[in-house]
Amino acid sequence: MAIVGTGQAGTLESSDIMVTISPAEGAKTGIVVDLQSPVVKQYGRHIENLIVSLVSEQGLTDVKVFANDRGALDCTIKARVLTAVARCKKDRI
Amino acid sequence: MLNKAGRDIPSVIPGFKEVKLYNGPFAANPTGRVVGPKITVNKPRSEKILKSIDQAIEATGLKSGMTISFHHHFRNGDYVLNMVVEAIARKGIRDITLAASSLTSTHDAIIPYIEQGVITAIETSGGRGKLGELFTSGKFLKKPVLIRSHGGRARAIEAGEVVIDVAFIGAPACDTYGNINGIEGKSACGSMGYAMCDAAYADQVVAITDHLVPHPLYPISIPQTNVDFIVEVEAIGDPKGIASGALRISKDPKELIIAEYASSVIEYSGYFKNDYSLQLGSGGASLAAAQFIKEKMIAQGIVGSFGVGGITAPFVEMLDQGLFKTLFDVQDFDIPSIDSLRNNPNHLEMSASYYANPHNRGPIVNKLDVVILSATEVDVDFNVNVITNSNGVIMGASGGHCDTAAGAGLSIVVAPLLRGRLPMVLDKVHTIVTPGETVDVIVTERGVAVNPNRKDVFENLKQANIPLMSIEELQQIAYDLTGKPESIPVTDEIVGVVEYRDGTILDVIRKPV
Amino acid sequence: MEKLRRAMMFVPGNNPGMLQNAGIYKADTVIFDVEDSVLVSEKDAARQLVHNAIKYIKYPCEVAVRINHITTPYGRDDLAAILPAKPDLIRLPKAETAEEIREIDEIISEAEMKNGFSQGSIKMMAAIETAKGLMKAYDIASASPRMVALAIGAEDFLADLKTTRSSHGNELFAARSQILLAARAAEIQAIDTVFSNVNDEDGFIAETTRIKELGFDGKSVINPRQIKLLYKIFTPTEKEIDLAERVLAAYEEAKAKNSGVIALNGKMIDVPVVTRAERVISYAIALGLRKGGQ
Repeated sequence: MAIVGTGQAGTLESSDIMVTISPAEGAKTGIVVDLQSPVVKQYGRHIENLIVSLVSEQGLTDVKVFANDRGALDCTIKARVLTAVARCKKDRI
Repeated sequence: MLNKAGRDIPSVIPGFKEVKLYNGPFAANPTGRVVGPKITVNKPRSEKILKSIDQAIEATGLKSGMTISFHHHFRNGDYVLNMVVEAIARKGIRDITLAASSLTSTHDAIIPYIEQGVITAIETSGGRGKLGELFTSGKFLKKPVLIRSHGGRARAIEAGEVVIDVAFIGAPACDTYGNINGIEGKSACGSMGYAMCDAAYADQVVAITDHLVPHPLYPISIPQTNVDFIVEVEAIGDPKGIASGALRISKDPKELIIAEYASSVIEYSGYFKNDYSLQLGSGGASLAAAQFIKEKMIAQGIVGSFGVGGITAPFVEMLDQGLFKTLFDVQDFDIPSIDSLRNNPNHLEMSASYYANPHNRGPIVNKLDVVILSATEVDVDFNVNVITNSNGVIMGASGGHCDTAAGAGLSIVVAPLLRGRLPMVLDKVHTIVTPGETVDVIVTERGVAVNPNRKDVFENLKQANIPLMSIEELQQIAYDLTGKPESIPVTDEIVGVVEYRDGTILDVIRKPV
Repeated sequence: MEKLRRAMMFVPGNNPGMLQNAGIYKADTVIFDVEDSVLVSEKDAARQLVHNAIKYIKYPCEVAVRINHITTPYGRDDLAAILPAKPDLIRLPKAETAEEIREIDEIISEAEMKNGFSQGSIKMMAAIETAKGLMKAYDIASASPRMVALAIGAEDFLADLKTTRSSHGNELFAARSQILLAARAAEIQAIDTVFSNVNDEDGFIAETTRIKELGFDGKSVINPRQIKLLYKIFTPTEKEIDLAERVLAAYEEAKAKNSGVIALNGKMIDVPVVTRAERVISYAIALGLRKGGQ
């Protein structure tokens, strides 16, 4: 599913992650994740993979995900991504 | 070559004549003699007071390639180190080895002089902020930064492994003939413990003061017999940075839980009885533990023999209330501690060597029953890292960590199990500062683990109402929340060397990729 | 033995840091709140967060969720999002009728069926926060077998009463008494309101001592620091524990002998004495004063 709107969830507080999902830019396809995280060395790949799998499970295809991480656990990342997805789907309607 | 702590240490390290491998906490059996300073003489009716730092540098004959030393009692408020290094640079002197007892973020000001080659080697307790980053970058310095504990530094000075050509001593109060104490003057810092070794063993000693008083000044912390020259300046430090107001008990609920468990560990460890001795760190959980320990001591009518530190207000309160008979003080962290050292005859000043030097005839840490220490990381072998952060960058100091852990009957490490997403119990810490065989108990908010080599303590702690578990179980609790972290990739380039207190090499710090 | 609910700690539902640490403070129950502590625009986010926290984080205590009232636009969505994660307990705020309780009971039953949870495994409690609710307290308390506790929410209640809180607590005396009576009549627990000035330890201790004397089983707390203070008040003395142990031993012995009349040191032991002794022992075990969990 392609989206037209933007969805954002989460905060910049410690242990949270702010996730912003928007339509892919220009002719880009696929799910592009831009991750900023204090634990990028230890968990960067893991977090990116988690975000991509969550977004694609939700049926989104060509999107840009900006994730500003403040040391969130997986359960928080999952919650914020799913909320952002739901919000950007709503934005379309 | 693997050392006894399981670390791979290269056989050749730039700047090291000989690489001696760590072989266990008490394996070294030193022989030989303690060194002494050069004889310098002050004849009757001659003057020690000079007009400026520049003049003092000239008078000492400081030249390129020499070693200078400083003490860190002024902490983040220190002006002395920066002033002296700047003066040295102005004189065109280069290639200096800086042997400071520790460095704080205020010393970021010397970075340009490191870049210009004025300072080309550093031996200290640690580094923070930009300075720590610079050490970790491996740029500019001719050899890896050498990390020593407070006891290890005192040992190295006395053994002649660090030959200090000129010691610059920030003196809160100094008389016209060089007697110094730290309890008077606008820049009072309390104990002068770290500076005492420098003053006693440096070839030349310069006192820099902003409170010059008529002779004789007393009480005397550093005697006139050690001091060659005196320079009066406007200010040697910023009082606000030297000592804070009374360090207060944390209100952070997580720290309070850790503190509660730590105090229960002490209570049930078998060490909690009349005449026990205690050292507290200055971290939040450690200070909070002081409050709970105090309550338990009062409730059970226990009076301790002595406290050691790093002294803070909660410790002073215990002294005032008669819960400890005396305090041994190497450094003060807040104003009540400085006041106490000045006013309470049971509050005693001590040198770094008396505190923690493993190769004298007995430092006070050898008589210590219980110490509470902090940690950045620990591992399943109980090794502790307090020097590098999660990205492998130098951002802390060794301090007395390994000294007290080795000396104390019971060494307790307190730390949160999670920092953000980072688990605190790893398979291997990035850098070992304190070897696991000297660490007895690890206390976190989610569990308490006892070193398997302390079955006695484990048995005693079964009575305590704390979540006792193995270190592996504790790690699993963390990993269940965070997942297993990938390790920090490093290059082969060695940017730091962690010397154990006995002078052997415990670990090296490699430059991160 | 009855599940202890001495400290029920509220945790804001949209705060990941607090959710992930909620389990370390030894509260008997943590209550993840998606009601008053969550902005209307963040209800969706809080539900997701609470759902995932319950599902993936192991809590060493009972986990409750305070939902929005079932008549608001959020209450049903709260339940739909949170029940599949299987919380132990749902707390309804501002309860006024037995019908509300039954309505939620049905929604929970459906969710239990759909998710394969055993029937009745998710419990309920309700907070009385209005005069109207107080008048129906017993009906509410006895409206569903899921109900395990009745609580009082003082701030809203006192606004409804057109008064404010005092240090002596007289203004809440009638309501506390009625809630306790209703809870006891329905054979469930009674939980007191939060004490919101976290820095007033003396005030907290005074209020908690008072409600324990009234007979309350526990109290809602908003800060972990209050838990330790609260447990101290709910700690039986060594003498009380000792007596309770001897009462229970005598009772067991009499049961084994099939003896009708039980006595200890010449005093008759009847059912209330045994019940009280059991309660003392469960406090002692929870505080680690006795090893237990028979």
